[in-house]
Amino acid sequence: MSKKPADQPTQAETTGHSWDGIEEYNNPLPRWWLWTFYATIVWAVIYTILYPAWPLVQSATAGVLGYSTRANVEKQIETFAEMNASLETELASADLTALADNADLQNFAVQAGAAIFQTNCSQCHGSGANGGAEGNGYPNLLDDAWLWGGHIDDIVWTVANGIRNEQSPDAHWSEMPAFGTDEILPPEEIEQVVQYVRQISGQEHDAGLAEAGAEIFEYECTACHMEDGTGNKDLGAPNLTDAIWLYGGDVASITETVTNSRFGVMPAWSEEYRVGSGLQPWEINAVASYVHQLGGGQ
Amino acid sequence: MADTEKKTPMPESATGTGKRPRRKSLLDRHGVIERNATLLLVFSFLVVTIGGIVEIVPLFYLENTIEEVEGVRPYSPLELTGRDIYVREGCYVCHSQMIRPMRDEVERYGHYSLAAESMYDHPFQWGSKRTGPDLARVGDRYSDAWHVDHLTDPQSVVPESVMPKYGYLTTTMIDGKYVEDLMATHRFVGVPYTDEMLANARADFAAQADPDSDYDDLLERYPGAQVRNFDSRPGISEMDALIAYMQMLGTLVDFSTFTPDESR
Repeated sequence: MSKKPADQPTQAETTGHSWDGIEEYNNPLPRWWLWTFYATIVWAVIYTILYPAWPLVQSATAGVLGYSTRANVEKQIETFAEMNASLETELASADLTALADNADLQNFAVQAGAAIFQTNCSQCHGSGANGGAEGNGYPNLLDDAWLWGGHIDDIVWTVANGIRNEQSPDAHWSEMPAFGTDEILPPEEIEQVVQYVRQISGQEHDAGLAEAGAEIFEYECTACHMEDGTGNKDLGAPNLTDAIWLYGGDVASITETVTNSRFGVMPAWSEEYRVGSGLQPWEINAVASYVHQLGGGQ
Repeated sequence: MADTEKKTPMPESATGTGKRPRRKSLLDRHGVIERNATLLLVFSFLVVTIGGIVEIVPLFYLENTIEEVEGVRPYSPLELTGRDIYVREGCYVCHSQMIRPMRDEVERYGHYSLAAESMYDHPFQWGSKRTGPDLARVGDRYSDAWHVDHLTDPQSVVPESVMPKYGYLTTTMIDGKYVEDLMATHRFVGVPYTDEMLANARADFAAQADPDSDYDDLLERYPGAQVRNFDSRPGISEMDALIAYMQMLGTLVDFSTFTPDESR
């Protein structure tokens, strides 16, 4: 074997290549680097044996560990479902009115309910459940004004079936007439009845117009909002005598409501009507328990 | 430089002009490639091509990468238009459409996404970043009114949101003039739109946003399509189209009857 080319001043071995007079040392690779490199090759071979890897004719090699992302997620979900299974079963069939007597179950229901609320409900009702901006049409769940009832069983029903949606046949349903656009009332009578509503809600109003409005109210509105204007929870008709306004209590907002009506929709959350991302019975009970204990539950 | 004056002569073997001290093996011939840029380019391209073929081709013939799922259909004309608006506004920059098979994602967003659910997406909207939440199963999750409120002024319903306002969608009216061409283009890249679908594109486009229309044919062509006046305003606006698209996302597969194969 002939002598390898060497750099004259340092006597270090060179590769023997010369590019425009520039030569290159042929130093050995650092040992640690070389062994790391060999280790990655060995690991690659082991990995392709253990995990799905090589594409063949029909399918890829499955790997001796039988790894599957889909199977793993199923298993993980099952593991946690099993851990909570007894509580979930108990909660699904629990008498929610007596939940306070069972501290463990109540704690589980409220904690799980809070998480479910953040995921599914906070987008409309706000992360603090206050319904967001005043008069935006999304009910505040912290107060004791309930459109469709604030009893725990009412809340469960509302969560499961929703309001005015086409998903659940059992959704709460009522429809206020559009008194203006459907020409039930002329604009001047709408003005009068709006003033009357301002009066019964204790706001500034025109007494003369309100007096005339009282008659119209009795004829057109009492069927749902009741004679005294306190509303009817069976029909989702709001109480008009308090200071709580879903769409705003100023003259312009009330006029808009009477003229064009409102049609607030809440989706049905039961898994029966929302395949893939719906709530199971125990989850509905959990989120209802959470909402119920926020302050206004009856 | 001063160093160059003292430069020692190159060893003969290194210059390549003299006698080679060793027999020239195949590996020593790399000098040829290194001296010829075009040749280097050709060989680099060849190597990358082989790597690409090995990685990509099996995905087209391996049975376990293609899962047939009942219920998945091409987008209706209005939904497809809404999808175009989604792409135009760059929604994919902040929203993904890919629920990964992980417990936390499945519990938050619903069943993990299947490849088949985006088989008619050109290009797919999986995205790679979640400034906002994943939208793969946002369909039916919120009311149409919520979508109008939220797109018009996101902070009115989600105060902590950093999403921009898209109120102009409500006032930008559309008539589906080019929706047939759009569908023809999608057919060209593999979406199975039939001649009948193309011929009725504009009628279907209008019918889906009008609950008083005769939409039976539309439902026959696009099972599960939702027919509503999505923005509750007269006429068809970009808001109608976008909400029609939002409300169908992830709703086509019935997971009560479909069980995904575990080995995929």
